[in-house]
Amino acid sequence: MLKVNDINVYYGAIHAIKGVSFEVNAGEVVTLIGANGAGKSTILNTVCGLLHSRTGSIEFLGKPLGGTPAHKIVEQGMAHVPEGRRIFLQMTVEENLEMGAYTQPRSTIDPNLERVYDQFPRLKERRKQIAGTLSGGEQQMLAMGRGLMSSPKLLMLDEPSMGLAPILVEQIFDIIRRLHEKGTTILLVEQNAQMALSVADRGYVLETGKIVATGTGQELLRNAAVKKAYLGG
Amino acid sequence: MSFLNNVITGISLGSIYAIIALGYTMVYGIAKMLNFAHGDVIMVGAYVCFFAMGSFNLPPVVGVLLAVVVCTVLGMVIERLAYKPLRAAPSLAVLITAIGVSYLLQNSAQILWGAATKTFRPIVEGSLTLVPGQLSVSYVAILSVVCCVVVMVGLTLFTGQTKMGKAMRACSEDKGAAQLMGIDVNATISMTFAIGSALAALAGVLMCSAYPVLSPTTGSMPGIRAFTAAVFGGIGSVPGALLGGILLGVIETFGKAYISTDLSDAVVFAVLIIVLLVRPAGLMGKYVPEKV
Ligand SMILES: Nc1ncnc2c1ncn2[C@@H]1O[C@H](COP(=O)(O)OP(=O)(O)O)[C@@H](O)[C@H]1O
Ligand SMILES: [Mg+2]
Repeated sequence: MLKVNDINVYYGAIHAIKGVSFEVNAGEVVTLIGANGAGKSTILNTVCGLLHSRTGSIEFLGKPLGGTPAHKIVEQGMAHVPEGRRIFLQMTVEENLEMGAYTQPRSTIDPNLERVYDQFPRLKERRKQIAGTLSGGEQQMLAMGRGLMSSPKLLMLDEPSMGLAPILVEQIFDIIRRLHEKGTTILLVEQNAQMALSVADRGYVLETGKIVATGTGQELLRNAAVKKAYLGG
Repeated sequence: MSFLNNVITGISLGSIYAIIALGYTMVYGIAKMLNFAHGDVIMVGAYVCFFAMGSFNLPPVVGVLLAVVVCTVLGMVIERLAYKPLRAAPSLAVLITAIGVSYLLQNSAQILWGAATKTFRPIVEGSLTLVPGQLSVSYVAILSVVCCVVVMVGLTLFTGQTKMGKAMRACSEDKGAAQLMGIDVNATISMTFAIGSALAALAGVLMCSAYPVLSPTTGSMPGIRAFTAAVFGGIGSVPGALLGGILLGVIETFGKAYISTDLSDAVVFAVLIIVLLVRPAGLMGKYVPEKV
């Protein structure tokens, strides 16, 4: 579904991503784990078209994405739930969800709203509330719900557990598991390696812009180097 | 009666400021830039209407429509050529560019239409007498207030209810996130300039109908006052622009009537400074702390 081939991404002179390749197949949950500053967000932002790689190529659903602007990539079926949630704080919950369906025909909005509200009953209770007044966990649910509003073929989540209390982290990962069971393809970026690897089919470990290890979630959980660096010994 | 007359004059002048201020505020809200050329678009609109009615003998309605169309296109062209290439540039560079565009418009007007002032024929004439011999309201004043109300209601419905309007609000909050929703941010910015410039054209025609002198610098003082009104009300806030515009018109009119004609601008700015000392974000603006 997604094929990233040897991309190099720069911020001015800073070489942030150094020859990274990976792929995500339909129906899989794939995770990219790595410490703060490893380049995880940079990779997602490049895949979704907010940033562009200097060399290398990205293929989505068999078509090369090179240079396609971000808003066009959304139409092709990719949803990116960015780091820090980035919901529209001054808009209502429902307006945020409507924005998530911006590229979709009007007729799909209501059924999609129903689906998202089923998934996140809390959002339904608060549909008329201004998003800025939601708690951190609710905001993350809104960000994910907004991503799902376009019925994406690929859902990319950038650190959905960031800044949440452990119980909410559990909830978020339960939701990811449920989405996986329903067949949603997910690319999950996390610092919380333990949780991420436990829901993922496969994972890649990123260090200072390079992929240093790859394997199934279980393999990486047992991998000694990964254990030492990311799982607290 | 002179008090009531001043209130009426102040509100109608303020309505025109509010229409201009809306353009300033919308562009600021989305593009996060102060478009100092906005006032000069007013002037272009007034000239278009002037020639349409004067040289081509077209009816006033057609003159206004032509002014709106020309300014809409002009606003989009300015954005595309002057501001879009600077999307990632520091805000100071954008500000200087905007001042440059302002002079470019004034000088072009001077070359095309001459520096001499022209007498603008109001789009509506006459007035409505409320108390014979004492209190009357010009039709231009009534029209200004009506236009302001229609524009406000229209914009409120547009940004609150339509898909495009909501996309505009999304862009004004977070352009990156808006792009991730599939919103074409460049097209949205362009549309904002189009709307703002259309409003400027309308304001220009109303302004020149109320104060019928037209020259290449006609737009600059109303532009600055409307900018003040936008800051006064809270830049980026649509109801703030309305409130700021009306208040500014009233303060200016009362300053002229009861303090001094020469000092009316100083009075306006004194009030602005006091308001900003008490409420740094303006009357209706939200104080947004810098994100860390
Ligand atoms: N806008 C930027 N300008 C310059 N350098 C950046 C920018 N964003 C990220 N970086 C750098 O790129 C590297 C990768 O950052 P990022 O992708 O945010 O990492 P992660 O998401 O894994 O924490 C870091 O060294 C970071 O300092
Ligand atoms: Mg990150």
